[in-house]
Amino acid sequence: MIRPIATTREMTGMPTGRLAVWWLIASEIVIFGGVLGSYLMHRIGHKEWAAASAHTNTWAGAFNTLVLLTSSLSAVLAHNAALRKDGKRAAKLLWFTILGGGIFLVVKSIEWTGEIKAGYTITANNFWSFYYTAAGLHGLHVIAGMIVMMFVAADAAKGKELQRVENAGLYWHFVDLVWIFLFPLLYIAK
Amino acid sequence: MSSAAAHAEHDHAHDHAHHAHHDEGFIKKYLWSTDHKMIAMQYLFTGMAMALIGGFTVYAFRMQLAFPGMSVPGYGRVTATDYNALVTTHGSVMIFWVAMPVLIAALGNYLIPLMIGCDDMVFPRLNRLSYQLFLLSSIVLIASFYVPGGAFGGAWTSYPPLSAKAEYSLTGLGSSLWLFAVALEFAAFLLGGINFITTVMNSRAPGMKMFDVPIVVWMIIIASILFMASVGPLIAGAVMLLFDQQLGTGFFDPAKGGDPVLWQHLFWFFGHPEVYVVLLPAMGIVAEIITVFSRKKLFAYKTVLYTAIGTGVLSFFVWAHHQFIAGIDPRMANVFSVTTLLISIPVAEMVFVYIGTLYGGSIRLTTPMLWALAFIAEFLLGGVTGIFLGASGADIYFHDTYFVIAHFHYTFFPIAFIGSFAAITYWFPKMFGKMMNETWGKVHFWGTIIPFNAIFIPLFLLGARGDHRRIYDYRHFPDLMKSGMQDLRVFATLALLVLLAFQVVFLVNLFYSIFRGEKASANPWNANTLEWQAPSPPPHGNFPQGLPNVYRGPYEYSHPDRQDDYWPQTEPDAAKS
Amino acid sequence: MIDQYVESASTFSGDIDNVIWIILLITGFWFILAEVVFFGLIFKFLAKPGVKAKYVSGEKPHEKRWVTLPHYATLAFDVAIIVLAIKVWHDVKINLPEADSTVRVISQQWAWTFVHPGPDNKLDTPDDISTVDELHVEKDKTYHFELTSRDVLHSFSVPVFRLKQDAIPGRIIKGWFKATQTGQYDIQCTEICGIGHGIMPARIIIETPAQHRIWNQSNAPKVADVTPTTPPTQLGGMP
Repeated sequence: MIRPIATTREMTGMPTGRLAVWWLIASEIVIFGGVLGSYLMHRIGHKEWAAASAHTNTWAGAFNTLVLLTSSLSAVLAHNAALRKDGKRAAKLLWFTILGGGIFLVVKSIEWTGEIKAGYTITANNFWSFYYTAAGLHGLHVIAGMIVMMFVAADAAKGKELQRVENAGLYWHFVDLVWIFLFPLLYIAK
Repeated sequence: MSSAAAHAEHDHAHDHAHHAHHDEGFIKKYLWSTDHKMIAMQYLFTGMAMALIGGFTVYAFRMQLAFPGMSVPGYGRVTATDYNALVTTHGSVMIFWVAMPVLIAALGNYLIPLMIGCDDMVFPRLNRLSYQLFLLSSIVLIASFYVPGGAFGGAWTSYPPLSAKAEYSLTGLGSSLWLFAVALEFAAFLLGGINFITTVMNSRAPGMKMFDVPIVVWMIIIASILFMASVGPLIAGAVMLLFDQQLGTGFFDPAKGGDPVLWQHLFWFFGHPEVYVVLLPAMGIVAEIITVFSRKKLFAYKTVLYTAIGTGVLSFFVWAHHQFIAGIDPRMANVFSVTTLLISIPVAEMVFVYIGTLYGGSIRLTTPMLWALAFIAEFLLGGVTGIFLGASGADIYFHDTYFVIAHFHYTFFPIAFIGSFAAITYWFPKMFGKMMNETWGKVHFWGTIIPFNAIFIPLFLLGARGDHRRIYDYRHFPDLMKSGMQDLRVFATLALLVLLAFQVVFLVNLFYSIFRGEKASANPWNANTLEWQAPSPPPHGNFPQGLPNVYRGPYEYSHPDRQDDYWPQTEPDAAKS
Repeated sequence: MIDQYVESASTFSGDIDNVIWIILLITGFWFILAEVVFFGLIFKFLAKPGVKAKYVSGEKPHEKRWVTLPHYATLAFDVAIIVLAIKVWHDVKINLPEADSTVRVISQQWAWTFVHPGPDNKLDTPDDISTVDELHVEKDKTYHFELTSRDVLHSFSVPVFRLKQDAIPGRIIKGWFKATQTGQYDIQCTEICGIGHGIMPARIIIETPAQHRIWNQSNAPKVADVTPTTPPTQLGGMP
């Protein structure tokens, strides 16, 4: 399929791919906003949830926050490399970002395995229902981001479609930002 | 834009035309296309097919209401279980699988690239994926009719706890499939919306400034933004409801610390903007048609635009008027009653502007014009009857009665059906390169409008007399079997049968004209907007003569300085040509 | 107007009918006017040979006036309607006048249980009267109702009172009414609650003080015999 002329036009001054990613992020903000809003409304009405949330593993959460922030840093560096047209370096840095996502997921799996073994399942009580749902939705977005970045990295290594490095990075920053909200709400607020 | 760039675009357009000459296999052309026009047709015909399901369900349940207990021809006996599944399917299908795909996806896909003067959407493959997700959602919905337990019957609003637990709904699998179908539909429209918005923002023809964009394109974009901004919380809610259904969580279960009313807030926070998501494109269609067929500039273009945006923004602050007596804090009801009545102002203003457009016109009552005018006349009644419901004190009586049903059909039917018929009859020549038959078009028009009123005026009366919603047999309610009431129900049903029968006229006219209609020129209506500069139908790439530049707004009809009573957007000013 | 078809049997049903009537007058007037102008313009400006349409942008102030004036009129009438509607809403839903008696309304898939306080006029005492699908109240007495559900959402609707309130499991929602005439009327469930939503009609039986006293005496469980969990007594059940 030949790229349509439509895709190359830039009446707003912003490239089409980047514009689209911003709109995608906007729609995702409303989705996560809905989840977190519902969680907050419930939390305010249920003081007893503090007891349940005391059992989340704050160290694992903090470590994961660090991991995601670092991976966002490598995404920024990947963008810089792409701007300099250094596709190979951009791809390497993207893989580092993907690795960060992978570590995040591994830590989360260990965390959840422990919690489920201790009886804190998704149906244990409504706090845990929200915990797994919110973090689970976030996790799905981490996986989606990782997959997208793999494709972008593969192209970038060949010097192709370098503008997509920035767009993938934008999405990843959003995923990071959601976690920045989730972490205090689910782990710290006790 | 520099002339070098203009030349590059021009050459590229030639490349496109060249490619179009290659033979495309049936699959590539009809089923796997990335061309926005073909994808639009896919949405259009899928939407029309789903309308058959929507129509069949209402046929069955209205026959039950008119002749309770009797076997309905073509269906059989309608049991209490059947009835609930039929009304649920009717509502869900008409909103999500007819109105949205036809008004937004089909028309948006077809018109946007043509009306802004480019060759396709910015992301053609994403566009194809959006349709495929949509098609999958229709298949999942239809599958839900055939699983053990049958189709979901908890109404299109799906309130828990009824919808959350199989022991209450008795349709465990059907409930989850329904929810999954709706979620897929949402995903399809979210992706489609991103495509539309990005295309209009970035890919307009050189010279097309914001206020030169045709109103219908603006309306589809505002609708896409409204949809995107409102559906998020419901997607969150749908995930929570799915987990309640399948995993036993208690988000909406009071016994587990959850709250059923939370679902209602999440649903209606989306549900109310949703009605404007479908209304705005319909109003856009009406704007295009009344300007062309009254040969008049749109009255106060900027006012139309700003009131549309204002309506969209306000629509986020009215949702709980669906929940006045649902158990929310009664003081909240006051706030929402105020916002709800206030939203009537921008909507009324848009209607006044359209009426103002007719003033001083030179009006031709073609079939599309009849539909566009009927939209205004009928929607007005829908709008004013909404006041009875937005006024909290009055809503105590009218909530969950047939008065509500009549109100929203006087808004939804104009939106989904009058709007669609207006659009199809107007753009048919462009889409298929043929003309539809005018006489049969007018027969279809009157055969639809008259029965439509004959169905729903009785429903206002029945609602005022106490008929409550989603009841399969009123014989259990002595106060609702008083003199005249069953006659009204029968009358409404018979009117429905007439309405349904006349849709055959439309289908025959449509398909006959596609194959044997009189050939259409590029611009049979002498209209200004860019799509009429492309051939009828446009080839792959849309503008074989090169992508157009734009020199003026879309509604320069009957300009005093011109001989012709129209002035295409793409015609250069005399001094420059 | 509505009361020509549905009796008006509570202290606030007339107020609700009045609000509806006033809305009908206001919206009806404007609706008819708008349609008349609309059709008038269509017929006046049908295409005539040789007559060109006017070129009107609608942006000039004297043109905009035609839209902004109706706009302000709409606003003024909206405010009037809001004030009247909120007044009635306040009276029915926010205000809670002192109760002469309280009844409990329990909805479930698919029947209504009404718990009456019995001769001692106190709920949760041994002489409470539980009925299924029949609510007995006395005319001219202010009742509080305590509404709940055993399973899904239902809604307690008494058309002749113009009263409606959704029932939520896990919550007890309070409201009030005062009947102004005797008679027997429908009670409806007005929130879809499953396949039996249409087969849980109930009746409200509004009695004179004398009739109600007799009903109380003959239906109250005898204190010596039974516990408060007496099986429901039913007079002339529903089909």
